[in-house]
Order: sequence, then C-alpha cells, then structure tokens
Amino acid sequence: MSVRYGMAIDTKSCVGCAACVIACKKENNVPNGHSRDWIFTSTIGSYPELSMTIESRRCNHCENAPCVTVCPTGASYVGPGGTILVNPDKCTGCKACIAACPYGARFVDPRTGSIDKCTFCLHRIEDGLSTTACQEICPTSSIFFGDLSDPESEIAQVLAERDNYTLLPEAGTEPRHYFLK
Amino acid sequence: MKRREFIQIGGGVAGAAALGGLTTNWGGLYRNNIPDPGTDGDRVVPTFCELCFWKCGILAHVKNGRVTKIKGNPADPLSRGMLCPRGAGGTGLLYDPDRLKQPLVRVNRNSGTDFEAVSWDTALDEVAERFQRVSEQWGAPALALFSHGYGGNWMKHLFKAYGSPNIAAPSYAQCRGPREVGFELTFGSGVGSPEITDMRNSRCLVLIGSHLGENMHNTQVQDFAEAIRNGADVIVVDPRFSVAASKARHWLPIRAGTDMALLLAWMNVIISENLHDAEYIENYSYGFEQLKSHVEAYTPEWAYARTGIEPEKIRITARIMAGARPATLVHPGRHVTWYGNDTQRSRAIAILNGLLGSWGRRGGFYMPQYMDIPSYTYPGYRQHPTATDRPEPSAYPLSDQVLAQGVCDATIPGNLRTESDVKGWMVYGSNLPTTLPDPEKTYRAIQELEFLVTVDVLPAEIAGWSDVVLPEATYLERCDELRAPGYREAFVAVRQEVVPPMYESKPGWWIAKELGNRLGLTDFFPWQDSMEYARMRLEQAGLDCHVLQETGVIRGENGPLYFEDGAPAEFYTDSGKIEFYSQKLASYGFDPMPTYHDGEVAAPPPGYYRLLFGRAPTHTFGRTTNNRLLSEVFDENAVWVNSAVARRWGLADGERVHLQNQDGVRSTFTAPVKVTERIHPEAVYIVHGYGHKAEKLRFARGRGIDDNELITRYKTDPIMGGTGMNVNFVTFVRAVDAPPQVATDGREEVDV
Amino acid sequence: MQELTSTRLNPLVDPHLHVWHGEVALYLFLGGIVAGMMVVTGLLTLRKKHEEPSRAMAMLPLAAPILLSLGMFFLFLDLEHKLNALRFYLVFKPLSPMSWGSWILLVVYPVVILQAWTTVPGDVRDAVLRRLGRFAFLAKGSDWALANTRRVALVSMIAGASLGIYTGLLLGTMGARPMWNSAILGPLFLTSGLSTAAAFMLLYRLSDRERSLLGKLDMGLISVELILVSLWMIGLSTGSQISQDGLASIIGGPYTTAFWVLVVALGLITPLFAEWLEIKHGTVPGRSAALMVLAGGLALRWILVYGGQYTGWIESIALR
Ligand SMILES: Nc1nc2c(c(=O)[nH]1)N[C@H]1C(S)=C(S)[C@@H](COP(=O)(O)OP(=O)(O)OC[C@H]3O[C@@H](n4cnc5c(=O)[nH]c(N)nc54)[C@H](O)[C@@H]3O)O[C@H]1N2
Ligand SMILES: Nc1nc2c(c(=O)[nH]1)N[C@H]1C(S)=C(S)[C@@H](COP(=O)(O)OP(=O)(O)OC[C@H]3O[C@@H](n4cnc5c(=O)[nH]c(N)nc54)[C@H](O)[C@@H]3O)O[C@H]1N2
Ligand code: SF4
Ligand code: SF4
Ligand code: SF4
Ligand code: SF4
Ligand code: SF4
Ligand SMILES: [Mo]
Repeated sequence: MSVRYGMAIDTKSCVGCAACVIACKKENNVPNGHSRDWIFTSTIGSYPELSMTIESRRCNHCENAPCVTVCPTGASYVGPGGTILVNPDKCTGCKACIAACPYGARFVDPRTGSIDKCTFCLHRIEDGLSTTACQEICPTSSIFFGDLSDPESEIAQVLAERDNYTLLPEAGTEPRHYFLK
Repeated sequence: MKRREFIQIGGGVAGAAALGGLTTNWGGLYRNNIPDPGTDGDRVVPTFCELCFWKCGILAHVKNGRVTKIKGNPADPLSRGMLCPRGAGGTGLLYDPDRLKQPLVRVNRNSGTDFEAVSWDTALDEVAERFQRVSEQWGAPALALFSHGYGGNWMKHLFKAYGSPNIAAPSYAQCRGPREVGFELTFGSGVGSPEITDMRNSRCLVLIGSHLGENMHNTQVQDFAEAIRNGADVIVVDPRFSVAASKARHWLPIRAGTDMALLLAWMNVIISENLHDAEYIENYSYGFEQLKSHVEAYTPEWAYARTGIEPEKIRITARIMAGARPATLVHPGRHVTWYGNDTQRSRAIAILNGLLGSWGRRGGFYMPQYMDIPSYTYPGYRQHPTATDRPEPSAYPLSDQVLAQGVCDATIPGNLRTESDVKGWMVYGSNLPTTLPDPEKTYRAIQELEFLVTVDVLPAEIAGWSDVVLPEATYLERCDELRAPGYREAFVAVRQEVVPPMYESKPGWWIAKELGNRLGLTDFFPWQDSMEYARMRLEQAGLDCHVLQETGVIRGENGPLYFEDGAPAEFYTDSGKIEFYSQKLASYGFDPMPTYHDGEVAAPPPGYYRLLFGRAPTHTFGRTTNNRLLSEVFDENAVWVNSAVARRWGLADGERVHLQNQDGVRSTFTAPVKVTERIHPEAVYIVHGYGHKAEKLRFARGRGIDDNELITRYKTDPIMGGTGMNVNFVTFVRAVDAPPQVATDGREEVDV
Repeated sequence: MQELTSTRLNPLVDPHLHVWHGEVALYLFLGGIVAGMMVVTGLLTLRKKHEEPSRAMAMLPLAAPILLSLGMFFLFLDLEHKLNALRFYLVFKPLSPMSWGSWILLVVYPVVILQAWTTVPGDVRDAVLRRLGRFAFLAKGSDWALANTRRVALVSMIAGASLGIYTGLLLGTMGARPMWNSAILGPLFLTSGLSTAAAFMLLYRLSDRERSLLGKLDMGLISVELILVSLWMIGLSTGSQISQDGLASIIGGPYTTAFWVLVVALGLITPLFAEWLEIKHGTVPGRSAALMVLAGGLALRWILVYGGQYTGWIESIALR
C-alpha cells in the first residue's frame, strides 16, 4: 500500500509545554502571531476529583479533506504520503479552505497572503530526516510520526497497541492525526 | 442536505483533485513543489543554552549571519537532542529589540533613571574607580557580588581575586539551599544541579510540590515522561492540580504548609507496617530506633487533621511507595524555600528516601560521574575573611553559601556586628527587585549603597537602580567557562560564540578581564580570551579543544551509578552513615529529627488566601517574559482561584483583579482571574515573573501581577537562613475599583 | 465543570473564525441582485407581448454589469493574495463551489452585457454603434443578439439562476460551519436575490404597470423567502446537536437582535405587509418597502457570513 503519513500524540506523557509550538515556528518560519500547532487542555470534574487531557494539535491531514475539496484553484492539494499541502503560488487567499476546515488548522500568512498550515514537515522528510520538528524537540517524546500503512512502523505499532482517538470523527474527515489515551 | 451526505460528496477528494489536475495541467502551472521554509543553517554551531540554569547542549543554525533556529544537540546528555520551549525560543532573547545596547552611566543620582550612553572605557574606568574607592575606605569585602547564570563565573573569579567573599545568588537562600542542607545532614551530600535523581528508572515517584512539566528542566522532564511510560506509580502532593498531578495515579491535594505532617505519617505507616528496607537501614543508617519511636505518634489520623488527606489515602500511598522500593524516588524538589522550616522538611524527605533505601539505588538517587578537568592555575586567591551576610557567624550555622537577603541586610547600617557594612554591589544576571523577598528592604539597601553596577542583557528593574549598567552579550554571542557537572554520565560541554555580539555588548569574560586589568589583577587574567582559557584547561585533561568545538560535548568514562553495581556507599556525615537522627542538629539546638509543630505555619486569615507561585513551562522567572517569541504561547499570568471561592467573591473568569496582601500592599498591575477547580480553596496561585515595572522592557512591562511585590514577609529558616516565601496572604481587589493600569504593548513587528 | 485552554494564536481563526468580512457579504448581496435582475429581466422579455417597457425599465439591465463589477471588486478586495487571482481560471475544480462561482461569473459577464444590449432602447444602441462604428463585428454581434433576443433572455435566466443558487451554495456546502451547512441556502439566496432585484428595480421610475407587477412578484418572493428561512431554521434545529448549535448565534448569540430585527422584521415582514397594504388599496408600491427589502437582503448575507463563522465544530464539540 502507498505511504500514508500520520501522527500520534501520547496524551499520557505530553505535559503541554509547547516546545513543539516554538520549534515549529522556528523550523517553518511561521509568521509572528501565528502557529501551525497548538496545545489544547481540557480539565473535567470538580475539586478534588479531576482529570485533565493535554493534546498537542495541528492539521489532521484528513483522508477526506474538505479544505482540498473547496479550494477553487488547486492550491490545497494532496501531497506525497497523503499529506495535505498548500502551494502558495496558486493560493488566492480566498479563505474558502479556512471556512471549510472543521479544526481551525489553517491561517493566512500575512506576509504572503497565502494559506499556511502544518505540512508534517515534509521538507524534512523529503530530505531524509525521519522526524518532524515538533517531534524532534519534544522533551517527553510524546510525538510519533511515520507511515501508517507500514505495519512495521513505530506509529503503526503504537496505534495498534494502544487505545487512541481522533478529533471530531463525526465530521467524517478521517483524520490521520491520532491521540493515544 | 444532511452533513453526512455532504461530507461523503467531499469524500472523493483525491479523485477530484486528480481529475482537476489532469484535465487542467496547463504548461506546468499546476506543478507543486514541497514547500521548504529554508531555515537550515549554512553553519551549525554547538553550544549550550542559558535560557535557564540547566544548560542543555544545543545546535544553533546560522544562515546569512542570523540564528534561524535552535535544536537540541543529540550528543549532549542533558538535552539528548530535545529541548524545552525556552531553549527553542532563544532567538527571542538574541533579537529582543529592547536589549541593552551600550554601557550606561547614571548622570545624576537624584534625577532617577537618567542614563547616558558611554564608551566601554569610560564605563569600566568608572566601575574600577568606584570599586577602588570602596575597598580603600572599607576593604574589599565591602563589595558584594550577586551572580546567577553561567557567565557569572568570570565575575566570581574577579571578586575572589579582588578579595571579597560576599558572592551570593537568589538561587540558594531563595531556592534550593534548604534541600542541599537537609540532604547533606542526612546523606552527607546534596543533590546538586542537575539533581542526581534516577527518575527515569523509578517505579514509584513522589513529587512534593515539584511541578515537573511546568518546571521544565529538560532532562528531568524527559525522565519524568520515561517513568510515566514505564508505568511508574506517580504520587503528587500539591495544593494545586498541577500538570504533574494530572499524570499521577494519586494526587494528594494537601493543605499548603502541612507537608511535614504527611511525610511523618508516611514514615509512621512504613515503619509500623515493617515496610522499610531493614537490611539497607542496618548497613548504612544511624538513629533508626530513635526515629521509630519519634514517628509513633504521627499516625495517618493525626496527619489527616492537619493535611486534609484521608488516612486511608496516606496508608495506600505509603504502601505503594514501599512496594516499589528501592526504585522509589521521593523527589527532593528544587525551589523549597516555602515556610521557613524547609531544611527540616527536606530532611524528612531525605529520611523517607533512606527508609525506602533509594539513595545510591537504581530508580532512586545515582552516584554522580565527573569529568576530571583540572582548573586553570592562578597565582592563588587571597585569604578570605568570612562573608558579611549575617549578624554573627553562628546565625544560620549550617548554611554553606552566602545568603542573598543577608547581603541586603548587611548593606543596611546597624543590622550587623561586623567590621563594615556592604557598600558596593555588582549584580550579574539576577533581577533582585523581583527575586528577593521583601522588595522594600532591597530598595532600602540599594539606597544605602555607594555604588551599584549591573551586568545584564536586558533593561530589567535592577538596571534602573544602578549607577553603571554593562550590556553583556547573550549566551549565543559569547564563550564561557567549560561545563563539566556531576551527572549520570561524565561529560564536558563548551559554550562558544554562535554569532558575534550585537550592538556594543561584550562577553562576561571580557568585562571581568578588563576590570581585572584596571584593578591591578592582571595576573588573574593571563589568557587572551575565554577560548584560550578553555583550551588550556582541556589540554591539561588531555582533550582536544577543536573536537569539543566541533561536537559541543566530549564524554568521559563512567563508573557504577548504584551501590548494587559497586558504587562506593560513602556518606560524608559525622557518623559516616545515613543520619535519621542528627547529632549535629541537636548540638545546635535544633530538632534532631523532623518534628511537626502545630501553628508553626500560620493559616490564612478570613477573606485571605495563601499566595502560591510557580513556573510556566514557556518562561524562566521574569527573564523571558519580555521574549516575544515565547510570549506568543503565554504572555501574562492569571490568578488561579478555586471556583467556590470565585463564586463567593462573584469573580468571573477573565475578570481583572489586583491582589492585595496582609500588609495592605496592592499589586501595581492587574491580572485576569482564572476560575478553576484545579486549586485548593485556601490558596491562590500565579506564575512568577510577571508584572514588570521597568519602562524599557517594552513588551513585558505591565503584563500581569508580580508575586514578589506581595511577598513583603518571609520566614527565615533558622538552620541555614533560607527565606520561606509562601507565608503571605492575599485578597482580591476588583480592577474596576482601582485606578486603571497603564497598558503597554510593544508587540511591534520584530522577527525574533 | 470543564475547563479548556488553548495556546492557538491564529488571530483570524480564534477565538471565533472571522476570515470573511463585509466584502464577502457585499459580494453575495450584489451577486444576488444581479442574478435576480437577470432572471426578472429575462422573464419580462419573454412575456413581453404588446407593451413597450418604460425607458427606465429598458435601461435598468445596464445596471447589472455595473453591479456585477462592483460585486467582483469586493470579492477581489477580500482576496489575501490578489496577485494570484488569475489562478481561479487556470483550473476547474468540479467539487468546489468557489470554482463553479468563478467560472459562472466569467460566463455571466458577457451574458448580462448581451442581455442589456437587447433590452436597451434602440436609440441608445444606435448611439453606441455609431461611436464604435469601426468595429464591424460589433454591429454583426448586435444584429445576432437582436435576432435572438428570446434566446439571450433564456440563457441569462439560466445563468442568473446559477449565479443566485451558487451564492447560497458557497456557504451551504461548508460542512465545517453548522449554521451554513444547509441545502436550503441555495434556493434561499436565489429567492432573496430575486426579491432584492425586484426591489432594486422598484427604486427607478418605472411605469405604474411595471411597478405593480414587480410589487406583486416581490410579495410572492418574500413569502417564499419566509418559508425558506423557516425551513432552514427548522432543518438546523431538528438536526444533530452540532446543527442546533449552529443556530446559536442567531438564537441567543451575538447576532440574535440583528437577525430578528433587520432580516425578519424589517427585511421581510414589514415590506410584505406594506406591499400587501398598497396593493390592497390599489396604489402602486412605493420606494420605502423596496428599500427595506434591500436592507434586509444585505443584512441576511451580512449576518449569515458573520454568524456562520461564529459557530464551528471545534466550538460546538471540542469546546463543550
Ligand atoms: N517572588 C519570587 N522570588 C523568587 C522565586 C519565585 O518563584 N518567586 N524563585 C526563586 C528561585 S527558585 C530562583 S533560582 C531565583 C532566581 O532569581 P534570579 O537569578 O534573580 O532570576 P531572574 O529573575 O531570572 O533574573 C535574571 C536576570 O538575568 C538577566 N540575564 C539573563 N541572561 C543573562 C546573561 O546571559 N547574562 C547576564 N549578565 N544577565 C542575564 C535577566 O535579564 C534578568 O535580569 O529567584 C528566587 N526568587
Ligand atoms: N519553565 C521553567 N522551569 C523552571 C524554572 C523556570 O523559571 N521556568 N526555574 C527552575 C528553578 S531555578 C527552580 S528552583 C525550579 C522550581 O520548581 P519546583 O521545585 O518544581 O517548584 P516550586 O516553584 O517550589 O513549586 C511550585 C509548586 O509547588 C506547589 N506548592 C506550593 N506550596 C506548596 C505546599 O505547601 N506544599 C506542596 N506540597 N506543594 C506546594 C505549587 O502549587 C506549585 O505547583 O524550577 C526550575 N524549572
Ligand atoms: S513538546 Fe511534547 S510534551 Fe511539550 S507540548 Fe509538545 S507534545 Fe507535549
Ligand atoms: S485538519 Fe483542516 S486543514 Fe487539515 S486536512 Fe483536515 S480539513 Fe484540511
Ligand atoms: S485560500 Fe488558497 S488554499 Fe484556500 S481555498 Fe482559497 S486558493 Fe485554495
Ligand atoms: S509536523 Fe512540522 S509543520 Fe506540522 S506542527 Fe509539527 S513542526 Fe509544525
Ligand atoms: S531546560 Fe530549557 S531553558 Fe533550560 S537550559 Fe535546557 S533547553 Fe535551555
Ligand atoms: Mo531556583
């Protein structure tokens, strides 16, 4: 089967430090005041019976990506390994894709007017590095990235071994970004 | 149309995209290249981080002379290729538009912050002359150095050479001093920095307040995650549902200030149920029988009344701890100056570890490995008189470093019975107005000074109080002393210049050398530059400086880490054993074994809440709150208020309040309320480092509340002089009932 | 209690999506009027048997290309990367409403011009041809168009209807925005377009007959529109929790007052009543009702554009 890149966050060990956010900003030259990934925490219960989930979130690289469907110019496209990418040279900044993404993963790069979002650091992967920048920096090693369709890959194994979930599965977008419970 | 149907139409994405692509690929216009942001450096320089004091090995990418990104150095045992957010955000300091750019001299002391930019020669001449004047009249010990951060080593060297023993930092009596003393009293050695905790192998981890995950010392957090992955039982004792607590199997939401009761009750359960490591205790310890009878009365039921933790929970957790021993780590914490009884609490933690047999054992505390790098040989420092930081040498007899607040005391006339008061300060990398408790006292001391020189990278508050301000180059622009700490692996790391110093900033070594030359200490600075100094030391150790500069780190030979592997079980206590009972403490009139004294820690008065404070993972104290890059994730602190308390006060989430303490001191600025279930109803919590007042910190100024201005009281640890700072209580003053704060933004477009 | 925090800092995305602003609402509004005018003019052309249109009526279709240009100008203003605007026309994406829209606009342009050409009074045509006489093909094209007036009318009705429906589908197919995500938005925007077009035409000095005809037409359209608005709201409120949350911004949310006052009361019910009164009393519809319809039509787009961005899946599920 063809390569299908995916990511998984270990919510058990992620401490929400946001090193992944800062590292991504620098690696990908993300404009000031914007970010491709972010930390979401949710605490439920009442004192002192509490539980908290911490998630490092980003574009889900949806298998059924509405952002690609709505894009009138083909600027949003399905790239290698099923990654969802944006070609800034084609993007008109019409923002239909932002409106179409249920996850709020996209934003306008104010420097170019084109859309920016997580690329799964494909430039690194194409360069032969095996990690994304957020994964590489993560002090708790909570980020897994790799080929979902290769059963030998670390990510495929960890997903097979551990309970996991995706965000808003009801939206039918089939995210390839998982969270390990 | 129902959503499901619509999404299914959208489902043909790949096909549709291909269709669009195939039918309209006009002249290559449809080609998609993988976007490459191009941030890889044309040079990659290994060095180590200084965004905090952990000093992780980093790789700095430089492209066209600009640092584009900072990565972990995989060769470095402290980073292992990973970094905390601050380390990744170092460019936010390097390219901070508010940096100190030129040496500054106060023109007229009475006219406030009127500074004039001068040449280095003028500034250094001025400093040297003022130093000479002070030392001629009152002797060199009338000069004191506050130094925090690695570059401060050069200043310490300068002071030692000049003949002053008064070298202090708020990282001792305001931070980990009591822990070091408590562990030294028990095991004969402190836990040091990096702490010699073998957390990654722990099967049970107990955190007393230590909020790992917010407290972001890199390798510690890596080890913490490793322990979680290995399924360690994590027990967190904290009045706040910290990130660490959220990872714990057992969170014990203790009433702040009562940890000693819990620790004693744990000992009670472990000993009375015979769960301790009898063989280890037999072999290595002193005073077990005394301890046994001492803790008999401290039952879980007794502790419940104090701590609010159910007896059953205390028993269960004690059994879990004992079940995993000796791979049980009761973490010694780091910032432990809480209630003035902190040495004793640290001792209780140490004793608990002793009962579990974790010192020197896998999963507990390992025996540190050192890289043997001979020190540089100088003509020899002068004989030192004793430090001038306490009323008499017998006060706080067990402190082994200079007390920072003590230097303040010594500066205010009439406090000491010593030869002379302190008359001149050099402050290197320490923002005293925000880190020493009772800031009014700090200001009073500063008023008494003949001379104050600050070496800093930013125009922090302390700079505004100085006569001369010297702009240091940041850690990415300078070379420093070699680093070869005790750690689980022996290694040596180098800090080197990644890019040349910006503006007119200069590295610390240069500043110290130039001052040394002017103070007649040329002999103490024989080296050309700090790299030559480093090379000399390395050569004596038989190491190649070039290799180190290429790799950033050279590793050494390691011996065994644990007693079971042959590490020597040596305890440098008076008895040569692990001291459950301390004859030394008894001889000074202190409790020889940790004891709970009812009423020692006062409870909050009605309508007031205990002010607790801690770290945000993206910031280091107040030193990064002006870092615009890191502030993108966290740019202001909030006041954590238990939801029941908020309801009582009618406080809405996000509403801005001032805090006002028991002495009527009101925070200068406001912060939003965070209505939360995550904190004990008797306490409020804020992240330390906010509420800057310095005008020139254009971004940080006026954001959030400064915990320190509310810490008007502290309780001094009678054993070592640490300042317990969690003894202040605050109440809320709605922002609408108080004059509005001057908001600054400073978020102008700068690339950091 | 659930406490949520997010470090996300993309200003146009958080805390509420606000990527589309007034420009898009204006574009949808103007596009709707143009679409409506194309259909209405087409209808009038087709049914025209004996009576000559008033001069104003004959000239009105000339407004369509102008309004269309204005609308496209607003759309262009909204583009963040204007240099790439031509990219709309280097590809056709069959599943992208926005792509359909750009191509429809391209088709609509010549059609509205042709349509206007066939309806303007002969003297205007002659004057234009005289000035541009040297372009022989223009005269030829003109002859062709005049010979095919009815065909042109038919084509423009179809193009107009597509344009009108598309303005609704653009929003209606956004699965991520529960408030928009309704198939009714297409017909609703078309109807509203027709009604605002009629109202727009009523602003001019038409003959009494034309006025009452348009007035009646508008009444019918407003009634249909009221039904469609109800259907849209019923559809959302009986759907999943997410759909119900989608209505939050106009039921209790920040756009509640604006929606019920500007769109429903001022834009639909009041003019409907006014027109009914006028027709009942035998007078021809005045301008105030028309102005209300126009204001209501603009408000509908404006509130839908903003309100739809106020709700989303992240807000309605993850943040609940
Ligand atoms: N109220 C309150 N007080 C506290 C604490 C608290 O939580 N609350 N925490 C305590 C603890 S644990 C500690 S360790 C101490 C820390 O106390 P300090 O060491 O005083 O820490 P900072 O406030 O970070 O001050 C650091 C100063 O160093 C400057 N600096 C940064 N990098 C460099 C550099 O490379 N060179 C030079 N020359 N200067 C530099 C910064 O600009 C800043 O002015 O504070 C203690 N005091
Ligand atoms: N990101 C980041 N990390 C840092 C630093 C930083 O500035 N930024 N600074 C570093 C330094 S120098 C130090 S010293 C450490 C400090 O970090 P730590 O040693 O972990 O901790 P403290 O600041 O003392 O502890 C704060 C925690 O203790 C809890 N606490 C307060 N009072 C009590 C009490 O009475 N009992 C109990 N059981 N818990 C209590 C608070 O709720 C809070 O969760 O962090 C280090 N790591
Ligand atoms: S860097 Fe790792 S631990 Fe930190 S927030 Fe990101 S995923 Fe979580
Ligand atoms: S998360 Fe959003 S941007 Fe990413 S692929 Fe899915 S729909 Fe597109
Ligand atoms: S903004 Fe760019 S990427 Fe998004 S839909 Fe429009 S053209 Fe496509
Ligand atoms: S994969 Fe790369 S682009 Fe995506 S969030 Fe991580 S670092 Fe950023
Ligand atoms: S823990 Fe973070 S800030 Fe501290 S030295 Fe390491 S990377 Fe730098
Ligand atoms: Mo500290």
